[in-house]
Amino acid sequence: MSKNKEFVKFEKVDKSYDGKILVVKDLNLDISEGEFITMLGPSGSGKTTCLMMLAGFETPTSGEIYLDKNPISNIPPHKRGIGMVFQNYALFPHMTVYENLAFPLRVRKMPKDEADKKIDKALSMVSLSGFENRMPGQLSGGQQQRVAVARALVFDPSVVLMDEPLGALDKNLRESMQYEIKHIHESIGVTVVYVTHDQGEALTMSNRIAVFNDGKVQQLSSPDQLYEKPVNSFVAEFIGENNTFAGEISEISNDKCKVKIAGGEIIANPVSVKNKGDKTTVSIRPERALINSNSKMDNNFKGKIEEIIYHGDHTRVRLNLLGNSEFILKVPNSSENMDIKLGNHINIGWNSYDARALDPK
Amino acid sequence: MSSETQKILTTDGIPLEESLKKAEKKNKIKAFLLVCPLLLFLIITYVFPIGDMLFRSVDDRMVTNMLPKTYKAMENWDGKELPEEEVFASFYQDYKLLIEQKTFGKLATQLNYEKNGFKSILKKLQRKMKKFEDGNYKEQIMDVHKRWANVEYWRAIKRRAPEISYAKYLKGMDLIADEDGKIIQVSEERRIHRILWLRTLEVAFFVTLFCFVMAYPIAHLLATLPMKYSNLLMICVLLPFWTSLLVRTASWMILLQQQGVVNDFFVWIGLVTDDNRPEMMYNKTGTYVAMTQILLPFMVLPLYSVMKTISPSLMRAGKSLGGTPFVAFWKVYFPLTIPGIGAGCLLVFILAIGYYITPALVGGASGTLISNQIAFHMKSTLDWSFASAMGLMLLVGVLAIYWVYNKLVGVDNIKLG
Repeated sequence: MSKNKEFVKFEKVDKSYDGKILVVKDLNLDISEGEFITMLGPSGSGKTTCLMMLAGFETPTSGEIYLDKNPISNIPPHKRGIGMVFQNYALFPHMTVYENLAFPLRVRKMPKDEADKKIDKALSMVSLSGFENRMPGQLSGGQQQRVAVARALVFDPSVVLMDEPLGALDKNLRESMQYEIKHIHESIGVTVVYVTHDQGEALTMSNRIAVFNDGKVQQLSSPDQLYEKPVNSFVAEFIGENNTFAGEISEISNDKCKVKIAGGEIIANPVSVKNKGDKTTVSIRPERALINSNSKMDNNFKGKIEEIIYHGDHTRVRLNLLGNSEFILKVPNSSENMDIKLGNHINIGWNSYDARALDPK
Repeated sequence: MSSETQKILTTDGIPLEESLKKAEKKNKIKAFLLVCPLLLFLIITYVFPIGDMLFRSVDDRMVTNMLPKTYKAMENWDGKELPEEEVFASFYQDYKLLIEQKTFGKLATQLNYEKNGFKSILKKLQRKMKKFEDGNYKEQIMDVHKRWANVEYWRAIKRRAPEISYAKYLKGMDLIADEDGKIIQVSEERRIHRILWLRTLEVAFFVTLFCFVMAYPIAHLLATLPMKYSNLLMICVLLPFWTSLLVRTASWMILLQQQGVVNDFFVWIGLVTDDNRPEMMYNKTGTYVAMTQILLPFMVLPLYSVMKTISPSLMRAGKSLGGTPFVAFWKVYFPLTIPGIGAGCLLVFILAIGYYITPALVGGASGTLISNQIAFHMKSTLDWSFASAMGLMLLVGVLAIYWVYNKLVGVDNIKLG
């Protein structure tokens, strides 16, 4: 089955609300059919604006959006056939669950028996069969959320947009809903464009993630790529935890470089630096730096323990290392690491491959 | 279940309910003291005057008290033939006393309400009575004027004997009890009140309708515009509130009169010729225009407060699910504004039904309402009991509307802000 790689296509899209500031700058994004793509970014990064342009509630200031190769800028929202789940669910409070789900089918003039079948199917998909006659106000947050998902899917849209749909739920419910939405996506194969500012949510659910900042897509890749191989310091900072050293390249070869930093010199992996003398920020994930490392690692330093925070399954240790007093280590809670005491000096090491020399901040 | 709950005790061994009552007693007293001033205020300014009004509208003791002996003597009179000498003698004594107290004019007025022609014969009687001799009062009184020999006048006096009368209510509906006590319509040229009631309802209905049609888009705009514009618009809506009612009505008079601004404009753009200017004031048109403008904020504000709470994402959801903008409005937005519509319409209708100043100033003859009639009887004819009766009929009408409304929409669904 050949899937359309450019099912949704943003082409050179700019968006400005006031004619002074570009909220979205030169956005180019291809979303393939059946994909679960997440737009992730801090608030004000332009991700929701992109979603609203796709839904038709905002028009691009320039550029064009294509849905299945058709430009859609001049098509009003109700003719786009895109399902949408809103941040606060936007269930119609004066209609029952059944009527809410029937709304998109009624406006499409679907016969009642056919519509009833679809509504039954959609409700059983979100495990809410038997709730047809409840009013939205009588449902819990999680149930309302599921009704909203069912309503966005009941009319078989080709694309479903979700605008921070889990933002109002508590932590446990949010996690279980993440899996539920992911499973629904897998079982019906609809294209989902999901907007969130929660990186955990994005990493769990998506096929690909587009990290937004300042109106631009900073990186578009699969969750593991995004975490393991951030292409710039914003992404490294935004996704997961991160230890950074600011410095200058003193020596560079194909796959290694030496970076001179305030407290010494480290060996790193040159990702976005090219020349000697370039300024850089070196990023190391906390779990990639090890205590009492063996000599195979090409970076080995001594650091002083400043703070220990117990997290149950692991312990977070804050070190003063090479002049950086915010260096965080994640130590698995095993009987081996018993010499972690406040004030001790310990050996820390990492592979140069895991220390990514990125653009300076 | 209930017996089980009764058994629950607190740790001190006191029944829980009792202990709870004790604990809440202080708060209850505090709460009562807080509402006490309002309660007193309401009793003094609302319950008491309305009770007095109710009483006044049926109170008919004035004549009864003025002619005590006459009514006592009339007790045995069957009302078919002229009464006996005893009645005439008692009437003479009663009337003589009234003349001495100089209150006989009131009796003339009251009896004249009952039957036309009483005033002149009572005056004549008063003049002639000075020369009356003792005894045989029947002959002497009948000699004063031939009407005194007419049994209908005596029947009219007897009809005023009961202390309580609902005649004013009948009068308010253009009905009257005839001499046999049958309720009939008053003669055609005197039927004015029913027209006024119908006109009041009609004006109130259309003013409500016009207000609704105009206020709905304004309220929607207010609720959806960005803050800086909506504040400005809100001031425009509220500005009339801050202007005296009289000033607003007077400015409508300037605008609407035949040589007024609106007519000048119509002539200028050639809509009407100069010698054919339409009359827009001192008729129903003037009442409609001015009342709609004055009552508009009462419709806008409840609508606005409801619309403000409707999330814009609901309309968006309606559209994204495939509804055209009209369908999304009609199926999603409009039903959610019904509580506001209900509140606004009820408010405007009830205010309009008792409106006074504006119809009095711009209404003319064909634009006055029942409230103007009430005021007329309060100030000009001094028939307070009739004014009270009509006021109460208006109040009952409003309560009836409220009741119907509650059945249709449900008062719980009303949202005033």
